This record gives sequence, C-alpha cells and structure tokens, in this order.
Amino acid sequence: MLTYTIRRLLLAIPTLIAISLIIFLLLDLAPSDPTANLPLTIPPDVREKIRQSLGLGDPIYIRYLLWCKQFFVNEPLNMLEQWFGWDIGGDRLRVLSWQTRSPVVDLIVQRMPQTLWVVGMSYVVGVLIALPIGIISAYRQYSWFDQVGTFVSMVGFSVPTFFTGVLVIVIFSVWLGWFPSIYDTTHQVTDWQSFLFQIKQMIMPVAVLALFNAAQISRFMRASMLDNLNQDYVRTARAKGMRERTVVLVHVLRNSLIPVVTVIALGVPQIFGGAIITEQVFKVNGLGQLLIISIQGGDLPTVQTLTFIFAVLIILFNLVADVLYGVLDPRIRYD
Amino acid sequence: MSEAGAAVLEVKDLKTVFETGLGAVHAVNSVSFDLMPGELLGVVGESGSGKSVTMMSLIGLLGSTSAIVDGAHVNFDGKDLLKVSEDELRAVRGAGIGFVFQDPMTSLNPVFTVGFQLMEPLRNHMGLSKSAARMRAAELLDLVGIADATRRLSDYPHQFSGGMRQRVMIAMALACDPKVLIADEPTTALDVTIQAQILELMKELRNKIGMAIIWITHDLGVIAGIADRVMVMYGGQIVEQAPVNELFQNPQHPYTRALLKTVPNIRGGRAERLRVIEGQPPIMFSSPRQCTYHTRCTHAFERCLKFDPDRLKIGEGHDVACFWDPVTGEPRDE
Ligand SMILES: Nc1ncnc2c1ncn2[C@@H]1O[C@H](COP(=O)(O)OP(=O)(O)OP(=O)(O)O)[C@@H](O)[C@H]1O
Ligand SMILES: [Mg+2]
Repeated sequence: MLTYTIRRLLLAIPTLIAISLIIFLLLDLAPSDPTANLPLTIPPDVREKIRQSLGLGDPIYIRYLLWCKQFFVNEPLNMLEQWFGWDIGGDRLRVLSWQTRSPVVDLIVQRMPQTLWVVGMSYVVGVLIALPIGIISAYRQYSWFDQVGTFVSMVGFSVPTFFTGVLVIVIFSVWLGWFPSIYDTTHQVTDWQSFLFQIKQMIMPVAVLALFNAAQISRFMRASMLDNLNQDYVRTARAKGMRERTVVLVHVLRNSLIPVVTVIALGVPQIFGGAIITEQVFKVNGLGQLLIISIQGGDLPTVQTLTFIFAVLIILFNLVADVLYGVLDPRIRYD
Repeated sequence: MSEAGAAVLEVKDLKTVFETGLGAVHAVNSVSFDLMPGELLGVVGESGSGKSVTMMSLIGLLGSTSAIVDGAHVNFDGKDLLKVSEDELRAVRGAGIGFVFQDPMTSLNPVFTVGFQLMEPLRNHMGLSKSAARMRAAELLDLVGIADATRRLSDYPHQFSGGMRQRVMIAMALACDPKVLIADEPTTALDVTIQAQILELMKELRNKIGMAIIWITHDLGVIAGIADRVMVMYGGQIVEQAPVNELFQNPQHPYTRALLKTVPNIRGGRAERLRVIEGQPPIMFSSPRQCTYHTRCTHAFERCLKFDPDRLKIGEGHDVACFWDPVTGEPRDE
C-alpha cells in the first residue's frame, strides 16, 4: 500500500504540471481584461500601461514560468519562513492578486475558515444524516420511511441551492425573523453568546447545503445497502443465528460502506471549492466567492492559483479514495 | 409417522406461500416428515420442487421475504419452531440446527476474516470468550481438514479455494455442535473431486459427531452413496419416502421412477439410455387440488385430476403419494 501511494504521488507530479499549464492556457484564451472594471474615465493608453505593468506584455511562456516559480518555489519558501521563523532571505515575489495587490495565498488563508465552517460543516452534517437514512431506507425498502426519504432526496437533489437558499431566507429571515439573512464574516466567537450567534448564522446555509449533500449520499448508501442485503452471506449470517442488528449493521453495512466511503472522499474537494452559489446567496465570503469575484474582475493570478489548488485537492482525494478502498476491502491489493 | 417420539425434528403439515406480483406461489404444500437422531436424510427433486424453501421455512430463514409460513408444528428440542419468538428461533439457528448453503463462493462475507466469521456463532450462542472462541475455531478448521488452521483464521475468504470455503461453511455450521445439520446442495457448485472430498468429510463427521443430517441434492448418485433414507419432493410436496435401498430397488411413484432413469446406472449394470423427464415442474398458484405430477405422468387417469393423493404407507418406512400401483400396473383400490 505504501509503495502504491508513493508511486501514485510521484505520478501526480507530471499530471499536475500538465493541469497547471492547461489552466494557464485556457485562462489566457479567455477574453478577460483586468482593467475592464476600472472607471471609464481612464484613457486607453493608461490602461495599456497598467496591463504592461501587470506583465501582460510578456510572451505567454514567460508568464507561465513566472507563475510556476512564484507558486512552486517562492510560496513554499515563504511558508517555511513563516512557520519556522527561518530567514531564508532573497527577494522573492509572491503570486499577487491583480485586484487587491495582496498575495493570493494570504487571501485564501483568510477566506478558508468561512468556507470550512459553512461548507465543511454542511458536508459533515450531510454525511451524518445521509448514512442512517440510506441504511433505514434500504432495510425497509418501500416503507413510508423509504418513500418519504426518496421524495426528500429527489427534492434536495433536483431543486438548486439558489432556490432553496432564497426560500429559507424568505421564510426564516424575512417572515419569521429567526436567523440573520447575511452571514457576518467578521463575527468572532469569544463567549457563549457569540457562539450561539455563530450557530444561528450558520444554520441556514449549512442546512441548505446539507440537504443537497445528504440527498446524494443517502441515495448511494441506500443503493449500496440494497445490493448487499440480497447477498448470500447475509443469509449465512442469519443462519448462524446472528441478531438482525448485527446482520445489518455489521455484515451488510461494512460491505455497503466501501463504495460510499470512496464517494464521500471524492466529494471532499468540493468543500474547498466552496459552494459558490450558496456562498453568494448567503453572502459568505469564502473561497467560492473569491473565485467568482476574481473571474469577474479578470484577476488571472487568483483564478489560476485557486483553480490549481482545487486540482491538487481533487487528485489528492482521488488517491485518498483509492487508498481507503484498499484498506476497507481486503480483496483489493495494490502491490 | 411411526417412531415419532424419538425424532429430533418433527415436521407436520408445513406450508409456505410467497406473495408475489403474479399472485400467491404455494412453494411448500403440507410437508410432513421426521428426522431421527444420527440419521442422514436425503432430499431429492428437480429444481423448483421446494426443497430449499422447505428447509428455510423450518427455521425462519425466509423472514425478510414475502413468505407466509404456516403448519401444524415443527418440533425441535421440545419447542415448536413455528410458535416460538424470533429470539428463541434465533437461538436455535446456528446452535441447534446448522445450515450449509449451495454456493461457497458467495456464502461467506468477503470483508471479514474466516476466523471472525467462525467465532461469531461461538461467541453468540456458547458465550465463549474471544480467546476460547479462537481456539475452538481453529479446532473446527482442523476438523474439516484445513491445514495450518490457527494461521488461516486471519485469512479472508478470497484467500481460500472453493472447496476450502465449503469446508469453512461446514465448520461454521458445526460450530455449536448442532443436533441437526441441513446441507442445501453443499457440493453442487464444486468440481467432482472436491465433491467427493466433501462427501467423505461429511460421512466422517457424522460418524464422529453423530448428528442428524438433511442433505438436499439433485444428484441421486450422491444420495445412493450416503443417505439412510430418501424423500422425493415434487411441487412442494413429498411424493415418496423410503429407506435408500428400498427406494432404488422398489421405486413406487412415477416421478421417482422417472428420476431414477435420469441417473447413469450406479450399480455398474448394462448401460441404459438416459431419459429426461418431459415438461417442467409446475409453479403452484394455488394449493394442490389434484396430483401435481399428472401433467407429466404417463400413468395419469381421471382420479389423478380430481384428487390430490395422500401419502400411502406401502412398506416399512416407505410411503408414496400416488393412485397408481406399479406392481399391478393398475390404479390402486380407492
Ligand atoms: N422469494 C421467493 N418468492 C417467490 N417465489 C419463490 C421464492 N423463493 C422460492 N420461490 C418459489 O418456490 C418454489 C420452490 O423453490 P426452491 O428454491 O425451494 O426450489 P428447490 O427445490 O430448492 O430448487 P433448486 O434445486 O433449484 O434449489 C419455486 O417455484 C420458486 O419459484
Ligand atoms: Mg434449492
């Protein structure tokens, strides 16, 4: 397993380099202009100068290599300096956002907590409610519980979050006034009172996203359980006189979880991607929102860096999913 | 039903009906039989004749399906298995009655070690500690002839061959010293040499442990080799039952006679052409009101279409459910 993991990690390097290049080329093709959002009074020659100063006059391979150097060399060195208090020295240019002129990595670090709190929490909540629902729905297939579960997941899956998001805002913020409609990012949790407020402002975005996640995962869980409930080994377990609970929650569940766990692992990068739409609806300024703003502002270094980090996460969690599969299923041997 | 007092398992009028989309399927129709201690009872019949469903009904293994099991009684160990609670029934499964299934490749759970699966009934029914269960599990593997038993406990089913997996299944069924072992076509999925090994093993174990065995099979050749007594099933009924030699020498029911013609001559006599039985076993959409075999029977006459024959005793331990007498070649007296 270890050699397999190392081999996969090594293989990921050329893949990621290729991905970074493709992202770069695609972004270059996009007809975006970093000066487009500037006031119309700025004359064209000044705009041109701004573009030149951003390095847009250089040939594309220079710009790509520059980004590579900044991202793969300068940023890690900088991180080492910060973490360990070293002084490596040298004049290193970091990847800078064109819009804010601040380092992209700092922007990401700033926004990460919001995304993790809201989107990450909704994933955890989604998984936690999806698993039992999937298990019970499968065990009591076609019961009223299953029917209701099926209906709710159909709704959760097919109604977009921008609709459910606005719907809960209208109901719970506007009509009932229970929860704030806008997520206050500057809010600091210092005591019980502020913690309660944090919970309150998280409830709606987390619920909306959790419904969406749970809808998907509970369907997977249900299908996987159904597959396994009819297997011969289940009959064997019953014939041995095992308790029904043991049969279902040990024998069947352990087998059913294998594909579901990989699906869950594969979904983790989406958390970091931020749920772009939900973050917009609830004004959570997380990573998803950062991406949208950067795309709209033609802020290529930010878009490039964010997209590349997503690519890294996707590849990483693909590997995690495969390794988990091997750990959970004794029939799989990678070496 | 003669020596009923001594039987370990006494089944009376067992009926099983499946509710399906197409209507009710009467898979088992008033099956009655006794099983004596230490006896090896063979059950034969074509596919779909209700052999498996009968045995699964006995110990509530059809629980999660749409089956309705009914009957006069199924007496085992002083209890009526049709009336006891689910918990009591569970205590019988795996402890008093062991079960071996047809397909060893899929009957073991792929993600748990063989040791874990063997120890489960031991810990569950006999309340053994983990280490005691482990030791007993190793003994069991050894008993069924798996070499290096202690080490193999931590292997997974996919690390065993088909024949070895069936041995593991047998070990599992034997774990709690059951009084009755039900083997549902335990060798059908295995190749011939392994079949022979498993047969030998079962014979040996039976002599060693002395439990009663119900052996379900398609293969009359296997039955001839090991059974004491044979039941022939058709359409969810027992159509004939006799001691093994009696059945082979003096088959009464036209279905039994036809079945015997489908087997190569085991006594090494002149090779006869093998016959097939024309037609299909019926799917029973109602309980039988006429002889279920009449559509395929060459001797059927009008009584067979009007009544369902009862089992008629014609010799010591030999009964048959048929209106036709093969000795005279005439209908039996009414
Ligand atoms: N779950 C079920 N639902 C509906 N009908 C069933 C079900 N299980 C079995 N049956 C029906 O019951 C009848 C007897 O089936 P059973 O499995 O006992 O046959 P069998 O004698 O064991 O055959 P085989 O030799 O193929 O194992 C068949 O007609 C079958 O279609
Ligand atoms: Mg069967």
